[in-house]
Amino acid sequence: MSETHTSIEKLANPEKATLEGKNKFLGFWFFLGGETVLFGTLFATFLALRDKVASGPSGPELFSITTTFISTMILLVSSLTSVFAVMAMKDNKLRQMQLWFWVTVLLGLCFLGLEIYEFSEYLSEGLGYKTSAFSSSFYTLVGTHGGHVFFGILWISTLMIASYKKGITTVTAPKYYVAALYWHFIDVVWVFIFTVVYLLGILGD
Amino acid sequence: MTTISPHVHSPRQKQGFLAWLWMWLTTLDHKKVGILYLCGGGFFFLIGGIEAILIRIQLAVPENTFLVGSAYNQVLTMHGTTMIFLAAMPMIFALMNAVVPLQIGARDVAFPFLNSLGFWLFFLGGLILNVSWFLGGAPDGGWTAYTPLSSEYLGSGMDFYILGLQVAGAGTLMGGINFLVTIINMRAPGMTFMRMPLFTWTALVTSALILFAFPALTVGLFFELFDKIFGANFFNATNGGNSVIWEHIFWIFGHPEVYILILPAFGVISEVIPTFAKKRLFGYSSMVFATVLIGFLAFMVWVHHMFTVGLGPMANSIFAIATMAIAIPTGMKIFNWMFTMWGGQIHFNTANLFAIGFIPTFVMGGVTGVMLAVPAADFQYHDSYFVIAHFHYVIVGGVVFGLLSAIFYWWPKMFGKFLNETLGKFTFWFFFFGFHFTFFPQHFLGLMGMPRRYFTYFKGEGLEAGNLISSIGASGMAIATILLVINIVITTAKGKKAKGDAWGLGRTLEWSIASPAPEYNFAQTPLVKGIDPLWKAKMEGNKKLTPAEPLGDIHMPSPSILPFLMSLSLTLASFGFIYADINGMGALVFAGIGIGLMFLLMLIHSLKDDHGFHIHKEEIIETEKGAE
Repeated sequence: MSETHTSIEKLANPEKATLEGKNKFLGFWFFLGGETVLFGTLFATFLALRDKVASGPSGPELFSITTTFISTMILLVSSLTSVFAVMAMKDNKLRQMQLWFWVTVLLGLCFLGLEIYEFSEYLSEGLGYKTSAFSSSFYTLVGTHGGHVFFGILWISTLMIASYKKGITTVTAPKYYVAALYWHFIDVVWVFIFTVVYLLGILGD
Repeated sequence: MTTISPHVHSPRQKQGFLAWLWMWLTTLDHKKVGILYLCGGGFFFLIGGIEAILIRIQLAVPENTFLVGSAYNQVLTMHGTTMIFLAAMPMIFALMNAVVPLQIGARDVAFPFLNSLGFWLFFLGGLILNVSWFLGGAPDGGWTAYTPLSSEYLGSGMDFYILGLQVAGAGTLMGGINFLVTIINMRAPGMTFMRMPLFTWTALVTSALILFAFPALTVGLFFELFDKIFGANFFNATNGGNSVIWEHIFWIFGHPEVYILILPAFGVISEVIPTFAKKRLFGYSSMVFATVLIGFLAFMVWVHHMFTVGLGPMANSIFAIATMAIAIPTGMKIFNWMFTMWGGQIHFNTANLFAIGFIPTFVMGGVTGVMLAVPAADFQYHDSYFVIAHFHYVIVGGVVFGLLSAIFYWWPKMFGKFLNETLGKFTFWFFFFGFHFTFFPQHFLGLMGMPRRYFTYFKGEGLEAGNLISSIGASGMAIATILLVINIVITTAKGKKAKGDAWGLGRTLEWSIASPAPEYNFAQTPLVKGIDPLWKAKMEGNKKLTPAEPLGDIHMPSPSILPFLMSLSLTLASFGFIYADINGMGALVFAGIGIGLMFLLMLIHSLKDDHGFHIHKEEIIETEKGAE
């Protein structure tokens, strides 16, 4: 079982080759189900409070479609590169997998940088965390997503550093696979943020 | 970190107290984790029970001054919070850990590490909540922590509530995911979904409810925390916040929560009644259907806690009808249990007495539930003792009766010894009558207008008799609990030893192996050929189930201290947040350190492969011989 670092050359789906792998795969899908409820609650609260700007600035006054569109593109591309990484993993091509995952991490860092820049812009225009119900729910929703991106970057980087020693085995393959799954999930959440927060904020009224 | 020993073999040998403590701190064995959950849940059950008695002492006579004002509010809040989150939930996890893997013929749970982490998070979360008594006062905003009262006007107690539940809730979520995957992926060959014992089915549906309900609570608690320490405006109406959002979030979690509690109790009753009626469960597939339907409807009814908020007649009507609809699958279950007993050879032992006592008691709670589901009538019942009576009938009369039945039923499987039946029957009768004397009069107190959460009432309002009877009844439940503790102490010292098939009537797989189960559960994974596989085998004259694999070495995970350390670091982080609210932002440093330590431990866990160890074939043969 997990003791033997089985070579995976002949396996089509190394992430599901062992019972441990299967459990990790299914358990992670369930975890993402729970995460969906978590973000759902954040979205619902944001929608209920997005017009409650008190004396502070409103979304349409602040949001820049250019920055957020660039962010969206960066994150969508990073999802694609993580797919390439998983395909390389299934082909047992370690170097290629590492390359694509590192590209994913890099794109994640760019996204995070843009988000920090965006937040600092809003702060300087008078939208603090305490300003209004809108500001609190906006920063909490988008910030929670940003926190997830940050965690994803740490996670994938750790796995990649370890992968130089451990390679692709039936023990490590499920780890790479679920990390990619997590990355897709935060990408999907961003698509909703882009639509519900930014597009609706700019065009919705 | 150097203390993580990778190849520790089965830690059975006795080497004094420290080794014993180390064994419990590091165990990943689901049966031991189950025992830990039972001890932890039992401990908090006693604390919650003492709080209940304090409440009843205060209310025994009018205009009493035993426990007034904020002190009463603290006891009341902690009673509710403790009983729901720290007593009932962990005892359900105790049963799921002790029974589910054995019922599906599995050697382990899917995620033994997460399982242990879930326990330690629950236990330390409970401690965070309870140390508040000594650190400036316990939470006093009610177990529902409604805003803006809880977020703006109360003291530091609510910080302990928020962080304690956040930590314990994270543990519960992990437990839920663990059992979902265990049940779906690790069933023995032939154990199809429609052959699973009903307790396992309810564990599956309950785990799904946990997965989809708890994240809402997590988010709600964060909102309240951010309002308190970072000055956010979720519930601050001055800056546009809205307290109704908290009510929605809390009940979107809170209503499924009560089904999380009751479904496993339904599962227990569905195991105990057939066993002691010597008949298979009547209407197995309709029971499964009813369980799944109740699980689905659990998410559709939260607004019935909010009828008086003013969401309008349309919203109230839809949720009223959805609520009443739950009576249908529940009624199916009640009839199925009665048809199971019909014509059976019923054994009236303690486990079965609690199961049979459950039926009429729970039906009474169900009937008041349908009454409360009518919005127009609910405006009258709302926030009165009628509501208190209703939910104690379903939670004590339902969940606690189910848990007590389960404890008597599975005790021999968990510990290898029987509980004493005579003492057990005394426990049942004291508890049964004590319970009805406590809560039956409260229906009428409510209808007479006695509001909940008030610490006293006046003379001459006609509330004296009902309250006095209620307080006397509560002492009956206290006596029952003390008898149970005595029973546990006595039988642990010199109880009757149990065979594998402890009751001689076992139907499901857990009774086909030794009591208590060996570390590896099944020497050979059994081949399951139908519902009630053990009963089927016995009826065919076989002593053993057909194995599905040859005897061989069994792989086990190594024990680990990391779950305990991870829980400790999150506890440190929690105190950082709590004292950020009490003493200012400087304390956030500790929150940072705690979370940093957590990440570090996760890193260690991720990088260090656990190779586990093997229990060898010869050793298994030896153990199996000893069991016969």
